[in-house]
Amino acid sequence: MPFNWFKLSSPASFYPVAGTLIPWFAWGAAILAAIGLWLGFGVAPTDFQQGEVYRIIFIHVPSAWLSMFLYVVMAFWGVLALGFGTRLSGMMAQAIAPTGALMTFIALWTGALWGRPTWGTYWAWDARMTSELILLFLYLGIIALRQAIGDPRRADRACAVLSIVGVVNIPIIYFSVKWWNTLHQGASVKLTGSSMETTMLAGMLVMSFAFWFYSIAVVLARLRAIVLERERDAAWVGALPDVRGNAGVLR
Amino acid sequence: MNATAPSTATILASVPADGALAGVRWALARDLKLAVRSRAELGVQLLFYVIVVTLFPLATTPERNLLSTMGPGVLWVAALLASLLSLPRLFATDHADGTLEQIALSPYALEALVSGKIAAHWLTTGLPVVLLAPMLGLQYYMDGESLTVLAAGLLIGTPILSLLGAIGAALTLGLKGGGGLLALLILPLYVPVLIFGAGAVDAVRAGLGATANLSLLGAGLALAVVGAPFAAAAAVRIALD
Repeated sequence: MPFNWFKLSSPASFYPVAGTLIPWFAWGAAILAAIGLWLGFGVAPTDFQQGEVYRIIFIHVPSAWLSMFLYVVMAFWGVLALGFGTRLSGMMAQAIAPTGALMTFIALWTGALWGRPTWGTYWAWDARMTSELILLFLYLGIIALRQAIGDPRRADRACAVLSIVGVVNIPIIYFSVKWWNTLHQGASVKLTGSSMETTMLAGMLVMSFAFWFYSIAVVLARLRAIVLERERDAAWVGALPDVRGNAGVLR
Repeated sequence: MNATAPSTATILASVPADGALAGVRWALARDLKLAVRSRAELGVQLLFYVIVVTLFPLATTPERNLLSTMGPGVLWVAALLASLLSLPRLFATDHADGTLEQIALSPYALEALVSGKIAAHWLTTGLPVVLLAPMLGLQYYMDGESLTVLAAGLLIGTPILSLLGAIGAALTLGLKGGGGLLALLILPLYVPVLIFGAGAVDAVRAGLGATANLSLLGAGLALAVVGAPFAAAAAVRIALD
């Protein structure tokens, strides 16, 4: 008999699953980050154009990728929340937003730190940077909208509409270096091949997986907290070993 | 303007459930009628536009080259702010007195009614800005070609502002701190319109021609006309739940 995936869409059945997944992804992130940083700072050669400064890409590129990817994932859960009215989808979108905002911020911040020695400026009104900044505003807007709405179910659906509308920004960021030939350099990594040294590329990919695993672990941990908060009146929450006897804390 | 538009109650009782265009027309006529009856409010919004535009030369130096360079940007930013200021009017008053719920219950598709309301919003707040902008542009020493492109850009761009703004206005219905929140939600979405709109004038001044920017604005308008009423109607339903 095939596994019934829809069973996992119930907060009650996903809560323990998330609990078992978190350590795997958290340790995976830690180990991958250790390998990635060793590759990036120990093995990868100095760039012949940019010197040592380029090494910030091992943080910058993964966070920038994740900032866009997490937004799309959040919008995807938003679509499910709107279409099927599943509670867990809305909670998932809620759990992703802060991590996405963090990734966007890291991408902008490391970009500024890299831009100062390389371009001679912390900030330029370049198409990619501007659209990434708009992405940060979109994340913050979605978080603020959720804060402003008292009813979590209404918040789920309102945030879903907003995040779906904002998805148009993602291709704009992604293709901005191609569409507008401005300051930010073009992509070094493409599906058809890469213009980078193998160890540099390996370090960047390993770091991307580290960031990805970190995001999954943190989002799941936040999801569990959201589930507890929003399902606090459900019988299964009261029966949890951690909660029994402490039920008053949740109220 | 339809002076003999029937009242809400009679039209809702008698409409067939099919005509989407009839729904657009009805909502458009109703909102235009309401707008004409509160003319002072519309005047205030236009004055806001004029005043914001006037502030920039006072805050910087009224130097000819500087002003003609930043003129298109200022006129566009002011258009964004004026649109933002007028957005709460789109749904909030109807929501406050319960009319919006009655409208949502009508046999017309809510998307059609929302489209009509958006059209009325643009006719009463966007179009006056389009007509006023070339005159204000003269204060910024913009030349004739720039003024034409500015007006053309605003003509294509301000409907997008009304369409996107309707989504934000519906999402923030009845929320605390609605105005500031609305700005946070909507201004990021307005940014592409601002970039291409103001960029069209810059392109003309640089001798590149405005076609690319105006075409992108047109594409944005096409996308917004198709998508925004659905998103806004969904948001209205969420707010009414």
